[in-house]
Amino acid sequence: MSASTSPAAEATATRSVAELKQIAAQVRRDIVRMVHAVNSGHPGGSLGCTDLLVALYFKVMKHHPEPFDMNGIGQDLFFLSNGHISPVFYSVLARSGYFPVSELSTFRKLNSRLQGHPATHEHLPGVRVASGSLGQGLSVAIGAAQAKKLNNDDRTVFVLMGDGELEEGQIWEAAMYAPHHKVDNLIAVVDRNGQQIDGPTDKIGGLGDLRAKFESFGWEVLEANGNDLEQLLPALEDAQARLGKSKPVMILMDTQMGYGVDFMMGSHKWHGVAPNDEQLEKALQQLVVEKASDY
Amino acid sequence: MKDFPYTEKKDTRSGFGAGLHELGQTNPNVVALCADLIGSLKMDAFVKDFPERFFQVGIAEANMMGLAAGMTIGGKIPFTGTFANFSTGRVYDQIRQSIAYSGKNVKICASHAGVTLGEDGATHQILEDIGLMKMLPHMTVINPCDYNQTKAATIAIADYEGPVYLRFGRPVVPVFTPADQKFEIGKAVMLNEGTDVSIFATGHLVWKAILAGKLLEEKGINAEIINIHTIKPLDVEAVLTSARKTRCVVTAEEHQMNGGLGDSIAQLLAREEPLPLEMVAVNDSFGESGTPEQLMEKYGLNEQAIVAAVEKVMARRK
Repeated sequence: MSASTSPAAEATATRSVAELKQIAAQVRRDIVRMVHAVNSGHPGGSLGCTDLLVALYFKVMKHHPEPFDMNGIGQDLFFLSNGHISPVFYSVLARSGYFPVSELSTFRKLNSRLQGHPATHEHLPGVRVASGSLGQGLSVAIGAAQAKKLNNDDRTVFVLMGDGELEEGQIWEAAMYAPHHKVDNLIAVVDRNGQQIDGPTDKIGGLGDLRAKFESFGWEVLEANGNDLEQLLPALEDAQARLGKSKPVMILMDTQMGYGVDFMMGSHKWHGVAPNDEQLEKALQQLVVEKASDY
Repeated sequence: MKDFPYTEKKDTRSGFGAGLHELGQTNPNVVALCADLIGSLKMDAFVKDFPERFFQVGIAEANMMGLAAGMTIGGKIPFTGTFANFSTGRVYDQIRQSIAYSGKNVKICASHAGVTLGEDGATHQILEDIGLMKMLPHMTVINPCDYNQTKAATIAIADYEGPVYLRFGRPVVPVFTPADQKFEIGKAVMLNEGTDVSIFATGHLVWKAILAGKLLEEKGINAEIINIHTIKPLDVEAVLTSARKTRCVVTAEEHQMNGGLGDSIAQLLAREEPLPLEMVAVNDSFGESGTPEQLMEKYGLNEQAIVAAVEKVMARRK
């Protein structure tokens, strides 16, 4: 049941950190090129979360890209709650075999399956729920995790949220529900980049001590550097080791918005702005891949 | 005018509870979620007999809609239960994105719709829910008329793949539809064939339309009465066939005029067969506290209001 038939999924266990770094660089090239091509989209958070999504789809998760099964029985599932970082999601899905890499060129264009924010409506393989309106993905992931329990399916559900997104009230409804219902087959990740559209999160929303907040709700909480695969991979292993013990697991993942492109790093300015021609060239010069395979 | 005998009165929400319990026995994929209103939604029997498939969400309706969407991924058929107000307006964006736009097989089951919720007042009496739900692309909207029909509808929607809004209520009303009926989504039910006026009613107003039909008969008016239990997709053929015969139409519902059944039928007639139409519905107003009977009278939702609308629309007929 859980044995993979996909080349992308099969190779996961043996893939080295060096290989993952090459994939991450290629994904980052995709992100800046996709956003540049349509002069719209969200490069900052996408670049910041690239290492996590590459780690999940190319190393950690057991998943079958082809044929895509919406129900994902016997597979690990990933949900993207902060749907605006669709460029990284699409690139990783394409490069792990869910759909042709060439389709990345349709991002945000008319009649595309690659909508501005991820959707199931156009039947893009790999997307299991629409996201974009914030705060909803954690609830959906918990529901999927509970369905897995009902199905006696021992695989894991992952969900990624933005830190600014935690200002949404539904997140806290879900945060209260999951420990109460012992949803211990769930790993939630917060992209703690400290930025949101109007400025730094500590200035806008008052997120405060997230570890204390989630621990008091009953979560198993760990922290990780989300832009260093050497640290992130062990953190994901640590998170997996904490599953099955009556508590959901939360990773507070520190990232830098725009990671990998120096002039985009660490500022909310690149949340939803595309690079111009000159900036794209500069970015691509920094995102070096041994054998670039741009779409 | 046909006779519609009944031996008992029951609440439509109990029909939902009975249907859900039967689904528990017949369909292992059916799961139920409730936001702290098990008793009000009559979900007790399901909770008792299928505890592993029941999820108490607490007073967190937004989370409930997301959980339900997630449970469909894995093949479950979630039925959510709370009041109509908290099933729709409170969680509109969650339904829109995570359920409707995502095409998830969630059944949103909503009790205490309309003014017949009674004494709790306007905060809880939603009269906009049909409109909110029917505006969502591909959302099916059902408002059955009595206990038996609500039970049959509850069972039927489990076999339909896609999001459904099932609306029912709190007060006891005559149980006059057959216990063994087969519920067909989108198929209007002819109750009384007539020639002078078409009355299209939904939910609690179906019985009021039958009472009105008897009063009209005494006045020598032969009313055609059709139960539109499915507002979306609307049974276009049934509506047009009847309207073309009688040449005038009255709609009746426990809902705002804006966005309700009357609005759907008015759109259809304006496009296909412009004919005089009168709507028995709440006219751009919130409800208030009172007994269900008092409120139905004050807000013009009873048999007298239907009779008045019929007389008005027949006078307008050319």
